[in-house]
Amino acid sequence: MDANLVQEAIQNVNLQAIMPSLVLCVFGMALLLVSVFTPRGKTSHVAWLSVVALVITGFVTLTAWNNPQAGFAGSVVLDNFATFFSMICIIAAALTILMSDEYLKREGYPVGEYYPLILFTTAGAMWMASGTDLMTIFLGLEVLSVSLYVLAGFFRRQTRSNEAGLKYFFLGAFSTGFLLYGVALLYGVTGTTKVAGIAEFVKTMPDLTSNLMFLAGAGLLITGFLFKVAAAPFHMWTPDVYQGAPTPITAFMSAGPKAAAFAAFMRVTIVSFDSIQTELVTVFWVLAVLTMTVGNFIALTQKDVKRMLAYSSISHAGYALIGMVAWNEVGWSGIMFYLLVYTFMNIGAFAVLVLVGKKGEDNLTLDGLAGMGYKRPLMGVALCIFLFSLMGMPPTAGFAAKFYVFAGAIKAGYIWLAIIGVMNSAVSLYYYLRVMVCMYFKDPQEDFSWVTMNAATTISIVIALAGVLLLGVLPGPFMEMAMLAVF
Amino acid sequence: MISVHHYLLLSAILFCIGIFGVLTRKNAIVIFMCIEVMLNSVNLTFIALSRHVGNMDGQIFVFFVMTVAAAEAAVGLALIIAFFKNKESVDVDDFNMLKW
Repeated sequence: MDANLVQEAIQNVNLQAIMPSLVLCVFGMALLLVSVFTPRGKTSHVAWLSVVALVITGFVTLTAWNNPQAGFAGSVVLDNFATFFSMICIIAAALTILMSDEYLKREGYPVGEYYPLILFTTAGAMWMASGTDLMTIFLGLEVLSVSLYVLAGFFRRQTRSNEAGLKYFFLGAFSTGFLLYGVALLYGVTGTTKVAGIAEFVKTMPDLTSNLMFLAGAGLLITGFLFKVAAAPFHMWTPDVYQGAPTPITAFMSAGPKAAAFAAFMRVTIVSFDSIQTELVTVFWVLAVLTMTVGNFIALTQKDVKRMLAYSSISHAGYALIGMVAWNEVGWSGIMFYLLVYTFMNIGAFAVLVLVGKKGEDNLTLDGLAGMGYKRPLMGVALCIFLFSLMGMPPTAGFAAKFYVFAGAIKAGYIWLAIIGVMNSAVSLYYYLRVMVCMYFKDPQEDFSWVTMNAATTISIVIALAGVLLLGVLPGPFMEMAMLAVF
Repeated sequence: MISVHHYLLLSAILFCIGIFGVLTRKNAIVIFMCIEVMLNSVNLTFIALSRHVGNMDGQIFVFFVMTVAAAEAAVGLALIIAFFKNKESVDVDDFNMLKW
């Protein structure tokens, strides 16, 4: 091997660029060891340690704000964009872990591996957000997905959870196949897997839209990403997996990994395919409308609250896609703000459901929530606030998030798209309000005596509430941060 | 003379066989094998194109794909075993707990 080449390779390594995920992985592996020596059922300290790990990682990540670090010959860049998305994933993971400990004990799986797996998922998500080479993005995606397959099927004696894990595994691996084939074809056309290299190639070739291999590659790559963000028509796995997976994992999947998938999707499409934006925007227009409409209309018919929230999560991916159609700074930073808000409001809603569920969670249906608002007033109010935010009611954060995304679309001249988005929000009122109607206007069938507040889950709900209200009342500074984070 | 087009055609055919298998077969393990066929057709594409393009990136990518496929196999088979222990079946028609 040429000595100069080795020298150059060593200089190209910049550990600073992967420091956050490095810290997280080290903690994850250490906690795996700790959980080996932890007796079954006494895993609270593993949970708290992993929260500490996430807080430390958060601080390490924030040092990269306005201080971009490139490493590994430009295949990883920890810029503002990556930092913003990493923070979303860290918040999602921390809130999830806080609500998990009591839940795992109640469901009879108090084992420590659960927490390191969440940490590894988060590390994968951070690689996806900071990858500037399709290879890094692919590796991040797989680290994230493989850990999530395990987490979705974590309750291994529960058929529902098995089924969710298997369905997620099959469809996830299937979509990875598409993504990889797209990468391979793009590599054949452009000769590189670097996002910036592809961008350069696309810029210099004027008639790429008639190059079949390029079109197939870009199409398959985008399809792979759309599978991960659960956009229609690639959403079929979402309801089943979200319903069957352990509830905290459902909350996590709908926030952290979705944000990471959006991060990679945005970086690849915005940077690489900027020159063919007119064609892409048309496709995204159709997909955004389809995703919103399919998610909202199927959610109307759902009886199971987890499944309803799964369809709602599909429709929220549709709202976020509006920002991609807008193809301007407001739209892009709107997506980032939207995903931050969505993390708080959706995880908050799921945290309340975690508390309300009985062992086995068969009571998480609309009828099962009857009268909860009177029996457990505080939790009822919290759930209402989260649902109002999911609807997009001011002064909650959901309103500000939708406002920015729609503003981006209007600025780019897509008035009709914004109108369709608002009409879809109106449709979504029905199924969110129905939960509240059940909580307050139906006679309680049960006394909800099994619902006990515990410190960790309460902290999680309080943080989520604070996030929803703060981002709703004062969206300005956070939106400015998102503006700074866009390329 | 075998050109890069032959390799690309072969891998496209393999990829389609994989998709077809995933969509039509009922046995979870056969579906899993079809997904592996898809991944390996991608590997073939990468290697053929790496030769064609004239740099090593594609071949390095193949190593990563193989590593990931191994990790996925471990997790996927474990999930199939867990399902089998509960239901005594690996037929995807028995994945019927969750539906609307």
